[in-house]
Amino acid sequence: MFSYPPELFELPVYGVGRADKQAMLDKTLSELSEFHYAHCQAYKNLLDCNGFNPCHQAADAQQPVATKLFKDMALASVPDDEVFRQMRSSGTTGQASKIVLDADSAKRQSKVLVKILQAWLGKQRRPMLLIDSPATVKAAGAMTARAAGLQGLSFFGRDHCYALDENMQLDIPKVRAFFERYSQQPVLIFGFTFIVWQQFIQALKHSNLAFNCVDAILLHGGGWKKMQQQAVTDSLFKQSIKERLGNVSVHDYYGMVEQTGTIYVQCEHGYLHTPVWSDVLIRRPEDLSIADNGESGLIQVNSILPSSYPGHCLLTEDLGIIQGEDDCKCGRLGKYFNVLGRVPKAEVKGCSDTFA
Amino acid sequence: MDNQQKLIDAFTQALGIEANAVTDELTYNTIPQWDSTAHMVLVAELENTFDVMLDTDDIIDMSSVAQAKLILQKYDVNFGQ
Repeated sequence: MFSYPPELFELPVYGVGRADKQAMLDKTLSELSEFHYAHCQAYKNLLDCNGFNPCHQAADAQQPVATKLFKDMALASVPDDEVFRQMRSSGTTGQASKIVLDADSAKRQSKVLVKILQAWLGKQRRPMLLIDSPATVKAAGAMTARAAGLQGLSFFGRDHCYALDENMQLDIPKVRAFFERYSQQPVLIFGFTFIVWQQFIQALKHSNLAFNCVDAILLHGGGWKKMQQQAVTDSLFKQSIKERLGNVSVHDYYGMVEQTGTIYVQCEHGYLHTPVWSDVLIRRPEDLSIADNGESGLIQVNSILPSSYPGHCLLTEDLGIIQGEDDCKCGRLGKYFNVLGRVPKAEVKGCSDTFA
Repeated sequence: MDNQQKLIDAFTQALGIEANAVTDELTYNTIPQWDSTAHMVLVAELENTFDVMLDTDDIIDMSSVAQAKLILQKYDVNFGQ
């Protein structure tokens, strides 16, 4: 079993500067590569066929695994009898990713998610409105990314209320009762971006309903693909939320089932921030070399959390741009970046050929 | 009713298990009835029973019945030994 120094998880979430953070990541990611090389045959094959030696490499020299590979194969670094939970992505297009967790990884993920979110929400739990249907979390079988998100975030709330009914339609009596009771105190609202927009904000508009929250936080994620198709920008989204709900601080987040526990939350200046346990690199699509800050390319996410599967360095199919490091106006340390959307299909094939 | 009995009642109610299964050693995620969904029901039940407000650290740390007692003691809920 991979073992972490316990003090690693006591580090301040956004308070470690570049030199210390990169040294920690270089060491831990390299140890993880060695561990997965020894415990996951498929990962070993991948590295061997690329002639790559996992030992003592800097984080940006580690061989990333294409996220697509988790759709094709079950990659595990723990024996079957230690698998505690299998996660899968929602899989709206094509096959779903399968991620195996042992009990320790599942626990570590929850701990880190809590630390990251405490940095934004505080430790006190707020009355919570979930923009989804209660049926989503009740679905049988392996947990979907949406259900995992809803459950993971539930820890931050109290008196949970689902805003949508079993058919994903606005449950007006429940939403009205929630805001009548809680709009004058701090509340937490959580949902997936497109669902918040389509099933909640549009439905409120349609029913000519508005509420006046004094102190709400909306945390939303899941991507902008469908939003872009409807030409909904981040600023239009935020403005529409405020029109309907009053004083709401709106935070997008970026994250994926392949690295559950790590999320990148958007600050008040509109940038996503890397917590101390993870990092973002941008690679040029044409040759996968590391791009400069300010240059767009493929997003690679590194995280020290995955110890039960080789998902510590992942090349995604998303495009992004790093805006800077340690110097965001919000004061948080670490790289800050934006996600620009998905890579067109043809380019994706190119990179997964190289990496898988 | 003493706090020990209230605690047992809260666990049996929230997790749907027998009272004699509620021992100090009972641990989160080791029985199917105590999963992450039930955990939130349990937290709400304990908050109502003992009239306390638990924070997110408490919820994460509450990994066994023994831990639940330690956490509740922080909020002046005492379990006479």
